[in-house]
Amino acid sequence: MRPAQLSSYRHLIQRLGFGMLTGITLITVIPIVVVVLYIFIQGVPAISLEFLTGFPRQGMRAGGILPAIVGTFLLTLGTAVFAVPLGIGAGIYLSEYATEGRLTRLIRLAIINLAGIPSVVYGLFGLGLFVLFLNFGTSILAASLTLSIMTLPVIISTAEESLRAVPQSFRVVSISLGATRWQTIRRIVLPEALPGILTGVILGLERAAGETAPILFTGAAFFLPRLPQSPFDATMALPYHLFVISTQVPGMPAQIQYGTALVLLVFVLGMNLLATVIRSRARARRQW
Amino acid sequence: MNSSLKRTEFIISLLIKISGYSAIIFVALIFYFLLSEGLPTLRDVPLASLMSTRWYPIEDYFGILPLIGGSILVTLGAGLIAVPIGIGTAIFIAEIAPRRAREILKPLVEILAGLPSVVLGFLGILILASFLRRFLNIPTGLTAFNGSLLLGGIAIPTIVSVAEDALDAVPRSYRDAALALGATQWQTIWRVTLPAARSGVLTAIMLGIGRAIGETMAVMMVTGNAPVMPTGLGMLFAPARTMTATIAAEMGEVSQGSVHYEVLFFIGIVLFMISLAINVTASAVVFRQRKRSERILS
Repeated sequence: MRPAQLSSYRHLIQRLGFGMLTGITLITVIPIVVVVLYIFIQGVPAISLEFLTGFPRQGMRAGGILPAIVGTFLLTLGTAVFAVPLGIGAGIYLSEYATEGRLTRLIRLAIINLAGIPSVVYGLFGLGLFVLFLNFGTSILAASLTLSIMTLPVIISTAEESLRAVPQSFRVVSISLGATRWQTIRRIVLPEALPGILTGVILGLERAAGETAPILFTGAAFFLPRLPQSPFDATMALPYHLFVISTQVPGMPAQIQYGTALVLLVFVLGMNLLATVIRSRARARRQW
Repeated sequence: MNSSLKRTEFIISLLIKISGYSAIIFVALIFYFLLSEGLPTLRDVPLASLMSTRWYPIEDYFGILPLIGGSILVTLGAGLIAVPIGIGTAIFIAEIAPRRAREILKPLVEILAGLPSVVLGFLGILILASFLRRFLNIPTGLTAFNGSLLLGGIAIPTIVSVAEDALDAVPRSYRDAALALGATQWQTIWRVTLPAARSGVLTAIMLGIGRAIGETMAVMMVTGNAPVMPTGLGMLFAPARTMTATIAAEMGEVSQGSVHYEVLFFIGIVLFMISLAINVTASAVVFRQRKRSERILS
């Protein structure tokens, strides 16, 4: 082959290759857009004031999904109460206190493992420790604790990353002005890292809000005629409710199913959007 | 420095240290509770019975092989879908896409990562199942294949983000050198960038597979839940039952301390061990790489 031919041949291969990769990317992306749009289109007609603020009626085949919405909100809040302080604390430890050594390596390995444990195994653990051993019963408390341990690795890793991204000189200056280590962390390092930490917290809670398997045996209820009154009550939750009405209840109107899926999706994607906005605004404002 | 300030400093340091160690404590606790509830299985169920191919708990048949087989079958199918698509997408985003396309593609993939698996399972039942039944002309659309499709979708974001990070971490100079020697961009990707990112791409595949094998709700909803021992890839088009789905479907109905309860925890131990093996192997690779944050947040 003459060089000119070789070159055009190679560029043909490249064009074909790039075309293939573009196609593959479209295969990934198009279903995502279609799924989200489809649920919006099918779900919107179900949304009404009664649907959002009413209780399920006629064996859940009519009425609203208020207890599931409130339940998911409470579970997310409960998860935040436990996971946020612990996760940020651990992030601070890894970024500001820990020295690289065997113990720190073990902590990192533990975090990676926590992130990989299947969600249903968290459910088993929550059942064993919180529901049975500590006798919390199937309750919001037990489910929140289970979800918070599952959420922990996301919060720890993002908190550590954001804290480490704060330039070392900030700390050196603060310490040299006579501030203690904690004063430096609280007044200088944490505020700078806050947007990044917040992003991680929201993404972690987003995952917790959409999970079903960990709450199956720790706090989720099939149907409750009233809202939960205390942390020791079981609760309905949006993802579990969607599971129930799409597999356990025969003759379920599709509109209610799509409506429930839409509310869950809005809840989760809303958090996702919030995290994205916080991240990009912080990035635009950063001066170092 | 006054003494109250010192005390505050001490207490806060202590709290932060405890939080730091908490991850180790939780992994240990999880392992301990799985073992304490699950190991009695080995006392109460003969090993030959446990390693048999019949899962029928009502009559005390606790053969877990069909469940392990089901998990492997569904995960294998998911891998066949997610690995080429995930890595192809990662290459496109990292190497080919213009900047503006990247900024749209990355959040879109993140949305997929955030979709609750029940939502996918719900669509799997309502849309995918009837489509597959008609399209493939099989008696039911609730099959291992349906599960594989959804699991593939669930594994893709993990594979894309980890593989893309690995490709991003390949120094610019490698690519420049290849291009300067007259290689096309395509040749550079295949012969230089991808081999240089090999370990990270392997990690991506492992983590994606790990994500798929541990997934519960979507699989439970669409695979038809028949604990049948798979004998080949053809079984993809028949109903199956995974380990995760078995725990989720049956734990609600068993009484604490019964043999069935113990066996379900025993399956939990198996799942824990699998994820442990995958993550320890993957982390051995990750430790050698640069910190992700240095690239993302800069």
